[in-house]
Amino acid sequence: MRDVAVIGVGLTKFGEIWDRSFRQLIVEAGSKAILDAGIEGKDIDAMYVGSMSSGRFIGQEHVGALVADASGFYNLHIPSTRVEGACASGGLAVRQGYLSVASGVNDIVVIGGIEKMNDVAGTSATETLATAADQEWEAFFGATFPGLYAFIATRHMHEYGTTKEQLAQVAVKNHANGALNPYAQYQKEIKLEHAINATMVAYPLGLLDCSPVTDGSAAVVLCSAERAKEFTDTPVKIIGAGQASDSLALHGRRDITTLDATVHAAQMAYKQAKVTSKDIQLAEVHDCFTIAEICAIEDLGFVKKGDGGKAIDNNITTRDGSQPVNTSGGLKAKGHPVGATGVAQIIEIVLQLQGRAEKRQIPDARIGLAHNVGGSGATCTVHIMEGM
Amino acid sequence: MSVPRFWREIPQRYNLIGNKCEICSKVYFPPRESCPVCRRKSIGHIKDLKLSGKGEVFTYSIIHVSSGEFEEQVPYPIAIIKLDEGPMITAQIVDCDPDCVKIGMRVESTFRQIQQDGYTGALYYGYKFKKV
Ligand SMILES: [Zn+2]
Repeated sequence: MRDVAVIGVGLTKFGEIWDRSFRQLIVEAGSKAILDAGIEGKDIDAMYVGSMSSGRFIGQEHVGALVADASGFYNLHIPSTRVEGACASGGLAVRQGYLSVASGVNDIVVIGGIEKMNDVAGTSATETLATAADQEWEAFFGATFPGLYAFIATRHMHEYGTTKEQLAQVAVKNHANGALNPYAQYQKEIKLEHAINATMVAYPLGLLDCSPVTDGSAAVVLCSAERAKEFTDTPVKIIGAGQASDSLALHGRRDITTLDATVHAAQMAYKQAKVTSKDIQLAEVHDCFTIAEICAIEDLGFVKKGDGGKAIDNNITTRDGSQPVNTSGGLKAKGHPVGATGVAQIIEIVLQLQGRAEKRQIPDARIGLAHNVGGSGATCTVHIMEGM
Repeated sequence: MSVPRFWREIPQRYNLIGNKCEICSKVYFPPRESCPVCRRKSIGHIKDLKLSGKGEVFTYSIIHVSSGEFEEQVPYPIAIIKLDEGPMITAQIVDCDPDCVKIGMRVESTFRQIQQDGYTGALYYGYKFKKV
């Protein structure tokens, strides 16, 4: 295994992007990443595309080849592979690209994440997201995707005394961060009482506990670390890349309030990076729902199990806290185009470590972590990055 | 949902047929092809078991925004129930006000219509749970 670095990043605006197509979005993100890296098409050894459900959202499968084609690379015959793991599709695509470079098979790869979710009606988007759950034993009986995270929230409240106000604090914090991110879907702050009293989606989760339905794309260029300085003065090394799986259905888990896939992916990444949770200076975690951020910071080891709800009052995860979480605004405010999310998380950490995060910049950040979850926790990737 | 896809799961959904590993005695619902604890040793030693349908609410939610098939039922309570034989199961709670559902509440299974397919008109039945 050899070292791998990120040498270029590209993002589209996240939101309801009515005037742009699937192809236009991913070509925009990919082109930006390629220009940022200073490479050209002939330098690319392979492409990976993370997309959860292009088939249901736009009626188009085979999007690995489609992206190579739309990028104008079809005549270079670059191998392009689509990777799927529900909302973790982007993180999985990054890890596949990482492994292909670490192994020595490829020198330079481009990874794109994409979801175009607003071309279908809202109910249809809800049904498509529910395909990340167990169709036969959860969704068939009326469990929705927010409903599964609501199960986690209800039990977390029961076991650890977590409150609805603490959930709302996560939304308020992430919106405050999103307000500073020009690529975010929601660039405005929200008030605590609005978050607490928002329309109920799945008790105890209200509308402002949920990430939105989003169109958007993100892309990164990876390169072997030994060649990275040929392309950029500020490469960011991937020092740990973990991945783990768990039972597809939430009711099959060892513990309903712990995402064991997160625990195991994090252990794998920490071990490879030779760091502990205490060394992580900032993180992008998978806050598809407010309760998910609370569980993530526990399962990643930033706080003790059960203490996640207190992290904002204890000034841990805020931008001026000891371990800032979701400086981008997170899935909650930045938006959650599911296949793009895992790639966009990597980009926020890269920008922070390069000192390019503008108004969101965390001073002197050297080591950051990105945590991407599929479904209610059946798939997880954890990437740890360090400035070179 | 296609009719054959539903039909294959009728024994489990109508009669709560799970299975039990004869090596380690662990009970599974839905039934598994092999025991994840004993793995290859369990092959040929995992037998069907009809579950009692009795258990308690482990955690719950009240669904206000559903997928299309359930739109006429909202708001409806749904829970993960810990069955007395051990397995956890996801199902709706019926015959009570949504607000009456609590963690630890004793429940038992009841046979109900789950959803109706708007396109074919097919009716799908299975288990829900009610307060004991
Ligand atoms: Zn066994």
